[in-house]
Amino acid sequence: MRWSRYFRRAKWDRERLEEIESHLEIETGENVASGMEHHQARAAARRDLGNASLIREAIYDMNTISFLGTLGRDLRHGLRALRRDPVFAVVALLTLAIGIGANTAVFSVVNSVLLKPLRYPKAEELVALRQVAPGAAGLASFAEGLRLSPSMYFTYGEHNRAFQSLGVWITGTANVTGLAEPEQVRTVDVSDGVLPALLVPPAIGRWLSAADQDPRGPERVMLSYGYWQRRFGGDPSAIGRNIRVDSRPREIVGVMPQGFRIVNADFDLIMPLAFDRGKLILAGFGFQGIARLKPGVGIQQADADVARMIPVWMDSWSNGPGTNPHFYETWKITPVIRPLKQEVVGSVSDVLWVVMGTIGLVMLIACANVTNLLLVRAEARQHELALRAAIGAGRARIMGSLLVESLLLSLMGGVLGVALAYGGQRLLLAIGPGNLPRLNEISIDPRTLAFTVLLSMLTGLLLGLIPALKYSGPKIAIALRGAGRTSGVSRERHRARNLLVVAQVAMALVLLVGAGLMIRTFQAMRTVDPGFTDARRLQTMRISIPDSLVAEPERVTRIQNEIVDKLAAMPGVSAVGFANEMPMEGFESAWDAIYAQDKTYSDGEIPPLRLYKNISPGSLRAAGTRIIAGRELTWQEVYSQRPVVLISDNLARELWGAPSAALGKRIREFEGMPWWEVIGVVQDVRENGVQAKAPETVYWPTMMKDLYGPGSLGAVRSVTIVARSQRAATEAFLKEIQQAVWSVNANLPVASVRTMEDIYDASLARTSFTLVMLGIAGAMALVLGIIGIYGMISYAVSQRTSEIGIRLALGAQQTQLRRMFVRSGLILAGIGVLIGLPAAIALMRLMKSLLFGISALDPITYAAVPMILVVAAVLASYLPARRAASVDPVDALKAE
Amino acid sequence: MNRNPTSRIELLQGTLDVLILRTLLAGPTHGHAIAKHIQRTSEDLLQVETGSLYPALHRLEAQGWIAASWELSDKGKRARYYRLTPRGRKQLATEQSKWEAFSRAMGLILNPAGEEGR
Repeated sequence: MRWSRYFRRAKWDRERLEEIESHLEIETGENVASGMEHHQARAAARRDLGNASLIREAIYDMNTISFLGTLGRDLRHGLRALRRDPVFAVVALLTLAIGIGANTAVFSVVNSVLLKPLRYPKAEELVALRQVAPGAAGLASFAEGLRLSPSMYFTYGEHNRAFQSLGVWITGTANVTGLAEPEQVRTVDVSDGVLPALLVPPAIGRWLSAADQDPRGPERVMLSYGYWQRRFGGDPSAIGRNIRVDSRPREIVGVMPQGFRIVNADFDLIMPLAFDRGKLILAGFGFQGIARLKPGVGIQQADADVARMIPVWMDSWSNGPGTNPHFYETWKITPVIRPLKQEVVGSVSDVLWVVMGTIGLVMLIACANVTNLLLVRAEARQHELALRAAIGAGRARIMGSLLVESLLLSLMGGVLGVALAYGGQRLLLAIGPGNLPRLNEISIDPRTLAFTVLLSMLTGLLLGLIPALKYSGPKIAIALRGAGRTSGVSRERHRARNLLVVAQVAMALVLLVGAGLMIRTFQAMRTVDPGFTDARRLQTMRISIPDSLVAEPERVTRIQNEIVDKLAAMPGVSAVGFANEMPMEGFESAWDAIYAQDKTYSDGEIPPLRLYKNISPGSLRAAGTRIIAGRELTWQEVYSQRPVVLISDNLARELWGAPSAALGKRIREFEGMPWWEVIGVVQDVRENGVQAKAPETVYWPTMMKDLYGPGSLGAVRSVTIVARSQRAATEAFLKEIQQAVWSVNANLPVASVRTMEDIYDASLARTSFTLVMLGIAGAMALVLGIIGIYGMISYAVSQRTSEIGIRLALGAQQTQLRRMFVRSGLILAGIGVLIGLPAAIALMRLMKSLLFGISALDPITYAAVPMILVVAAVLASYLPARRAASVDPVDALKAE
Repeated sequence: MNRNPTSRIELLQGTLDVLILRTLLAGPTHGHAIAKHIQRTSEDLLQVETGSLYPALHRLEAQGWIAASWELSDKGKRARYYRLTPRGRKQLATEQSKWEAFSRAMGLILNPAGEEGR
């Protein structure tokens, strides 16, 4: 009711007027009736009524909600004030918009990636089944912990008490033929239990069921939404149709909805793992485990449950006759289950929080600048404010109106900021790590907008508070007397502004130190020898020959050999080879223990685990990996299955002290396997990125007996081919490669075509992203700091014009004056540096996980940054100082 | 006009409210007539300041105790007529009993029984 009257106050007022008029008429009529003359009657009536305006005002006031009234007045006043001073308005708005926009963009990424729950129903019940095996020496060199084997999946699935559903999965690739040109697609191979655990219903069709996991049953497949759209045009009749995957027909049973991923894996096809239970052994630790907890079960309980099942697992399976299943007890396999969200987000949270922190600091610096601007304005408006106080505005009212003005400014800045944030978000995603998890979920959602509003309001309050506190106080008399034309300026007035500039410099120092550390980290990383050379001219591609296409291993190798020969014959190609994977590609290579013939091992002792790679002749030369001793394999050795291997430098040193000592020694995988002779020692290669140490590696040929377990001949079917050429990455070259491969076998798609440099850059993505962010933030901070100091000194000069005039008149030199002002700029910067250094030291410790090769207290950075700031301060104060020196003393004193 | 300033009793805000409500109990009427009625019925002792009448009427309307509408007066001119609402009727009963209790209490103290009275 109040609100309706509020909005129709004007109408009420008109009615009141009418009512009062009619009252007067009636009274006049009565007066006339009792004998008065007309205009006397009216006059009497008027007198009797009293003050009509007062009545109307009283009623109008009763209809007003006073808070809204003053707010409206303040808002209009604030807008007028901004229009009067457009330069200030534009500068302040832009500064705020950039600050708020940058923060909003970063927050939207942080929100979508770190804060929002995963897009599965009841995602808090989902966990990743991780395990560690601290007793398995050497395992620490590789990936994260011990993955699950298929036998573990069966044991855990059948004997657990903690989970509603449980399954294992692995990413892979497959060749799809028969639809368009042969295409290598990304797959996720799942066991039963994975889709039920995630609980996301299919868009059409059904999930893969337990029956689909029968290795002898009909072969089924599910499509991703994107693949369904691309290859089937979104046609619902795709269900029931067959597609040829790895040369075998599979029936499509369902399509998953848009945006669905299995944990982090984006895919085109979902295939059943279809384990053959009768042939499983204990080992085969290659699968990721996922489960949904039963309601009310916590992670600790789940850990205990899995730990209980590990001995059961050892009792239920074996690795073959003559092996001891309980030897795995030495590995001390321990479950370390963690929420699925952590798995998805991974280590990117470090980076994101650092970025959020730096952008927050930039925001504070920007706020300091705008506050300084507001303080200057408030100083200039002292007269107006004092007048308002004199006619009766309380201190709270004046403070209120100043706060409304700054809130208006910051909210407008916030609106602009959101617009900028859209652009900023795109920029962030363009330069960000390409493998940022949940990339497809990043958007500016309501929570982000709420963050923006909150940030704007807090900024507005913060900005307005300092000028409001300083200038609404009871110093009216001084102000009214005539705006401070004393010869000296009140030192206290400058204290707040000085403090703000000092704070700016301190924060800029912290950011610049961070940027400096990242630059040094990046430099350190780039000087690490990765194990290959001239990555830009090394073209890589992946080719996969499934056994349904070519069954015999030797033929597979010959086909690969033929492809390599064709490529080597192309003009401009200097060397070609292939391997199971190139360094830093991220496919998981195998690992196992290595026994040396000339060493003795105690009973049951298992030597540390080593990385197993498979290479072709010529691949090391093509990659530019140095051979320290000995030589590479030859094709003749491969086809005649001669047992020869190469090993890495660190392994050679560990076992025999020197690379040359390793040549001729014999090693084998485990007891009962033949001995292989070491014919070459290869330099250390940073397989897991330059930040990790190079693992001890054994280089086997791609075709060998016992490749996949004792007995049969096997060949590595999915390989990365490398070709060194000046023409790498050019379109014509890539087309020629395509042609060369298809001339050997038209059914072989060529996938993941990129240069070694792309792979190398991707491995550095996290660091380079952090570097770019900190670099941008540091640069912004430096610019804002320079503006801040410039503004401060400028202002001081303009305030002290008369003092300068006096000094000049008394004989001061221009250089003396310049030096005076530059010195005040230096003092400000100096204090800022002194405050900033301990802050930087404390905060950089938080970044330790992102640094490499340097300590968080790197002396070069800590020495360089203050120097940069000092130089910047000198530059910033020099210009206004020059202005001061060129003041005409006559003009200055005339104004007195 | 019989205007005797000395015998005019000042009206407090709350008392004006209950007088208006009581006046309207007899039937709807406009502001001027309410003031005249109060003056006449109190034998000229209570004079309503027009400056307080209309704000009081507005307040009572905001509370929902009276309702108003524009009508034609008996003179043929437009006037705003006020009438009592059911809630107003209840409020009047409450206020009236409060006043009666108040005046009884005052009477008991000013004219005590059992003491030597005049």
